Amino acid sequence: MLAKTLGFSLALTLVFTLVTYLLPQVEGEAPVEPKVDLGSLTMDDFVALGENLFNNKGTCTLCHKPPPLGRAPDIAGMDMLATSSKRLADERYKGKAKDAEGYIRESLVDPSKYVVATWGKKGTNDSVSPMPAVDKAPIQLSVMEMDAIIAYLQAKDGNEVTVSLPSPEAAAEVAAAAPAQGAAAAPVLAATPEEALQKYTCTACHSMTSKDALVGPGLLDVGARLSADQIRQSIIDPNAVISEGFPAAMPADFAAKMTVKELEMIVNYLAEKKQ
Amino acid sequence: MNNDTVQITGRNQLLLRIFLVAVFLFGLVGSNLSYAADVGVSSSSVAARIAPVGRVQIEGQEPIPENVASKSESEVPELIAAPRPSRGDYPDIGVSSRAVVWILAQMHLFFGALVLAVPLFVLVIELMGFKTGDERYDDMAHEFMKISLTGFSITAIFGGSLALALFVLYPDLMGYMMRVFGAQWLVYAGLFFLESFFLYTYYYGWKAMRYGNLKWVHLTLGLLLNASGMTIMVLSNSWATFMMAPSGVNEVGAVVGNIWEIMKGPLWNPINLHRFIANIAFGGAVVGAYAAFKFLSTSDPEKRAHYDWMGYTSNFIAILAFLPLPFAGYWLMAEIYAYSQQMGITAMGGILAWLFIVQAVLIGTILLAGNFYLWSGMSRTEGSVRYQPLIKYIAFVLVICFLTWVTPHTLILSASEIAELGGSHHHILGPLGIMPAKNIAVNLMLVVTFLSFQLYRRSDKVATVPWAKAGNALLVAIYVVAMVNIIFLGVYYGYFTNTVYKVGSSVAQVGSTLVVIIAGIVIDSLMFKNAKTLPSHWGKIPDRSQYALFALPIAFTWLMGLMGYVRSSVKTHWHVYTVMKDNSPDNFIPTIGYAGNMITIVTVLFLLFVLFMFWVANLSATKQPKPVAALEGGEA
Repeated sequence: MLAKTLGFSLALTLVFTLVTYLLPQVEGEAPVEPKVDLGSLTMDDFVALGENLFNNKGTCTLCHKPPPLGRAPDIAGMDMLATSSKRLADERYKGKAKDAEGYIRESLVDPSKYVVATWGKKGTNDSVSPMPAVDKAPIQLSVMEMDAIIAYLQAKDGNEVTVSLPSPEAAAEVAAAAPAQGAAAAPVLAATPEEALQKYTCTACHSMTSKDALVGPGLLDVGARLSADQIRQSIIDPNAVISEGFPAAMPADFAAKMTVKELEMIVNYLAEKKQ
Repeated sequence: MNNDTVQITGRNQLLLRIFLVAVFLFGLVGSNLSYAADVGVSSSSVAARIAPVGRVQIEGQEPIPENVASKSESEVPELIAAPRPSRGDYPDIGVSSRAVVWILAQMHLFFGALVLAVPLFVLVIELMGFKTGDERYDDMAHEFMKISLTGFSITAIFGGSLALALFVLYPDLMGYMMRVFGAQWLVYAGLFFLESFFLYTYYYGWKAMRYGNLKWVHLTLGLLLNASGMTIMVLSNSWATFMMAPSGVNEVGAVVGNIWEIMKGPLWNPINLHRFIANIAFGGAVVGAYAAFKFLSTSDPEKRAHYDWMGYTSNFIAILAFLPLPFAGYWLMAEIYAYSQQMGITAMGGILAWLFIVQAVLIGTILLAGNFYLWSGMSRTEGSVRYQPLIKYIAFVLVICFLTWVTPHTLILSASEIAELGGSHHHILGPLGIMPAKNIAVNLMLVVTFLSFQLYRRSDKVATVPWAKAGNALLVAIYVVAMVNIIFLGVYYGYFTNTVYKVGSSVAQVGSTLVVIIAGIVIDSLMFKNAKTLPSHWGKIPDRSQYALFALPIAFTWLMGLMGYVRSSVKTHWHVYTVMKDNSPDNFIPTIGYAGNMITIVTVLFLLFVLFMFWVANLSATKQPKPVAALEGGEA
């Protein structure tokens, strides 16, 4: 009797398990911060970055889908330049934007400035948008990432892209501003060399994928040129030895900012770049 | 008389001692309070210098007033943001930390659900027995308690192991949770003393407090056992709902509210209700399996009758609690959407959407098994022949609805298959894949399941009221109108208007289903008052019907595991949604196949532990016969 009932129960359990294997096996990865080499970034790359953010990290397509599946207007299917002009002229518009770029940016950070009829939060008579502000958690897009999305939304219908490409200085500002988001928060420690390089905006001035000089020399083959100790010294005290033909532009305060772990991760990573 | 006097004197002495101890304790507290009130010190220079250190007051002088400015500064709570652990901050023990916590948490929840639910319906059954005077209810209630008693220890063992695993594997998260919930953890721990006290006095006092006024004392103990258990549940629910939808903290996770504001997040009450109802359904299903096993293990007609009745009662509890569960689920999902549309879509329309196909299979299994058991149970009564022709139609509706429910929306196809199909959606079956079709299906399944239940309940009765025909006609009309309404609302608002109306119409569909259930109960209770009763034979039920009672707990257990996976996964890569990121190596949503493996592991583990629990329960009733050799003088 026990064997029969146990066998029945186990068989039923296995049937349920089998059903899960008949379905698509999809993993929900945590969002990956796109690695952008600002030195070689073109507008096409920037638009492509915007499209990527629109579909992935920005999670825009969760709601902005074609009817009947969408829970928000189908942005991909509408010309955002023409749509923005109409909405700016609408008396229900409560924002301060003057053009399409401003309107889209405002919609990203404060979506309730204009709520498209029938898409408002239930019970608010279309005065409150259900859309989260994308610069806040859980989405947390940076200013540069929002610019990229605006560029994509302008470019996808052949309209002129009015946002400018991010400059290294702007990227540095973004990086500097990021910890201020949570004033009381502890700084985020980089877990990988790539994260550390991004955190300290090394790639704003140094290319990691070529030997070409940007503001500073390209680092594709830095491991062949310098020893680990020399690389460490170049980071801690960049003005001790300056490569010929380059200005003394590298910040001298990395020793104070980086943790020992982060510094060693970057040094080891660069020391292995010998191509 | 003398003895009485002595006893009274003894009681008085005891009271006096308690009083003196209370006065002493009160005195201690009072003296501390008066000290606390007197700590302000004078403004003289010496006193002012020493006051901040020890609040010392110079004898004979006025107390120093406290420096108001420094006090208010020191009293401003420091806002500490949620930690931001990096990958290296998570201990690596060589196996997936998430898998370890997953198994322990799920086992703790399974047994927790069981031991919270069983005393709840045991109390109701005991009360029924007391009110009706039928001692069979009392015996059955006692037996239910007996078989679940070991479950309390197992719950505690898994709970303790889970807490230790969390502290070892997720120290930053647990540090943060400790900081946020503070002393609430100690209240939670303290409640276990209360629950244990009521549990043991309730169970072991069963026979000592069986009749008269003592029975009321016993019932009160049962009530207090349930009250402490429910409080434990809602406190621990607040941790889970805080992680899903934090409240009482600012946007970086620093505590800015009091403990009540932290606990009472937007999802707390929906989860409380959902778990409360689901626990009853789950508990009923598990004890039903016990009854089925005992039924199949014996050929004694008396015992078979007893366990048949016990199995029927368990199934009744499980299905009755299960019927309103989807509505509690609706409320929970509506609150999730209201809190964060993004979170709602992640669950229902994003990566986790496929999981609802598995959910459909599980709920379909539960409903089919529940219905099959009711149909089989009709063989107990001779009057059931009147209703048996209807069973095939109910079965037909159930199967069609089940198939609709499991129809996927998007198919995973190769390029050639897409070309052949003309797209990723089938032109006829595609529309069956979206929510409106599934809402129609699930509501119709609930309506016809209630019909099965109603027919079963009627099968041993003949109405004697003069308005029986009119009552039946009214009931049929209510069924027809409700079913047409459910289909119309689903089709019209689901396919011909936008999504907002689609969601709104599902509430009206649920309303139709509830109208059928409530009207059915009211009309039948009036119509069959003083009805003629036909003979009913407990124990006269085919053996195969008992397998439905095994299918129910297996499907319920699996379903709980699956819903746990989705509840936790909607947080995506956050430990505490929007305020504390998960940077562990497991910060992704695993595939449905991986989740299926994990759920199967915990279901099988649960099955084994439940068998152990049943075995221990029966062990207490087993008595080893004295060896014959001993009887003969100990010579072997």
